[in-house]
Amino acid sequence: MNEIIDGFLQAGQLIITLDPEVIEITTRSLVISLTATLIASAIAIPIGGLIHFREFGGKRGLITIIQTLYALPTVLAGLLVFLLLSRVGPLGFLGLLFTPGGMIIAQTVLVVPLMIGMTLIALSGVKRAIQDEVVSLGAGSTQVITTLVREARFAILGGVILGFGRAISEVGAAMMIGGNIRGYTRVLTTAIALETSQGNLALSIALGIILMVIAMVVTTALFLIQER
Amino acid sequence: MIEFSHVDMRFGEKEVLRDLSFTIEKGEIFTVIGPSGTGKTTVLRLIDLLQNPSAGTISIDGRETTIPERERVALRRRMAMVFQKPIAFRGSVAENISLGLAFRGLPREERQARVTEALGLVGLPGYGDRKAATLSGGELQRVAIARALVTRPEILLLDEPTANLDPVSTGKIEQLILSINERFRTTIVISTHDMVQGQRMANRIAVILNRTIGQIGDSHDIFYHPSTPEVARMVGVENILEGWVRSNENGLALVDVEGISIAATCPYPPGTGVTVFLRPEDIVFLLEKDGRSSARNELPGTVSRVTPMGAMVKVRVEAGVRFTAVITRRSCEEMGIQNGKDLFVAFKATALHVVPREKERPATGPGA
Repeated sequence: MNEIIDGFLQAGQLIITLDPEVIEITTRSLVISLTATLIASAIAIPIGGLIHFREFGGKRGLITIIQTLYALPTVLAGLLVFLLLSRVGPLGFLGLLFTPGGMIIAQTVLVVPLMIGMTLIALSGVKRAIQDEVVSLGAGSTQVITTLVREARFAILGGVILGFGRAISEVGAAMMIGGNIRGYTRVLTTAIALETSQGNLALSIALGIILMVIAMVVTTALFLIQER
Repeated sequence: MIEFSHVDMRFGEKEVLRDLSFTIEKGEIFTVIGPSGTGKTTVLRLIDLLQNPSAGTISIDGRETTIPERERVALRRRMAMVFQKPIAFRGSVAENISLGLAFRGLPREERQARVTEALGLVGLPGYGDRKAATLSGGELQRVAIARALVTRPEILLLDEPTANLDPVSTGKIEQLILSINERFRTTIVISTHDMVQGQRMANRIAVILNRTIGQIGDSHDIFYHPSTPEVARMVGVENILEGWVRSNENGLALVDVEGISIAATCPYPPGTGVTVFLRPEDIVFLLEKDGRSSARNELPGTVSRVTPMGAMVKVRVEAGVRFTAVITRRSCEEMGIQNGKDLFVAFKATALHVVPREKERPATGPGA
């Protein structure tokens, strides 16, 4: 029991004294997950808009597949990206395996389905009357999509924040693609996994607290946005 | 010019409009009237190319509207529609109003100038910076009208444009619509359930009943010469009597209605079964028989119900046949009209509109 209490006390010290390793890991986690979130948004929001506004065969099936991929296990996303980036894979020549760039790709793959799904939900929450008004005002098809995405922006932003939450908290893909290399690809989740297994509870707890604080900030931001 | 040719509209199994054929001329104010849920809005949406007809064709300036979406956008940009429930987009009033202009790629200065002008037109000067979501229903309705006007449409479609407004605002909006039509020769199509508004505004009126056009004509045609009992009821004709022509001398007929003789001008020969329409405002009451009055019909009767309606009073009289009249409250008081009062119901032979009773009535009346 005392070890745990000691762990918490030391963790507090690490955070308060802005321990260089803690800061470095946190910063790397934020940079990788934020970049993945931005790239995923740029892909998922337009795709969500197209799926919502276009009628095509198999639309219902596609949406079902996307919804299934919300729960895509992180290790499966990791495996998929590993196969793509490994030396023998189709993107092996890029040399991105065990790099932060590879981790960004993996997290992007992981959260794109979730964000497409959230964009679809957000757009279906825009009243039909608003779409009619936009069309009636003479909007071309691209203008209809951009205007309605703007109308649904707070709901869509909710999806983006959820995506960020999933990206920063996943461990499987980060471990498989990043390799948890100290000072290079080690992020909050992989560091916690490693340090805990090595008995370095203080660092694990410190990083865990930081991860929880980030999760809380994300949840609060989501709540505030949905209140608007 | 907008032309509907045998247009049907169905939503799945549900038939909304059936066999609509009519033409709206350039520069005219055309009103579509009818009870709620009869498809008036759908007519406007079809014109605005928000929907495609299930059958039949719609053409604008001689051009059919079943064209690729890109061309439909170009055609739609010549029109503007104000919906019954106004929408507030996120952002300021000015952003809301300039949306259609932004879609058309107008430069910012031009947009600002037009927004300022439109806000003045709808009586909301200085509202540009307010948040649209904070406006009242009436203000929002005027913003929606401004949003349509800034695009300077050739065709303006208004779906119940004053349904959410108080009488003063309604008057202002009606004036505005009339002045736009005069100044810019804008073709205006209005849907309304308000008969009197239809009468005030329109060059021509189409009455939609049972999913199809009951009658098209100018307001005099519609209000005084309804072609069917259904149209008559819709436009406030409260006295709809069935009878047959007993005699006819040079167009002055005696019509037998349940044993009562009524003089009416009509061309139909004796023996013709007819329906007789009489507007409640065309009836006057006399306290005693007055052979000198210009009314050819003077029938004795007894008041059975008096219903106040603001400055007017609706009076029901049993005179062998039941009549309903609308008179001013002042006349009602002066004549001491109340339940059980005996009086004479008087109306001119020319005030009656007589149509032959047929199984198949003509779909459209005069002026169609």
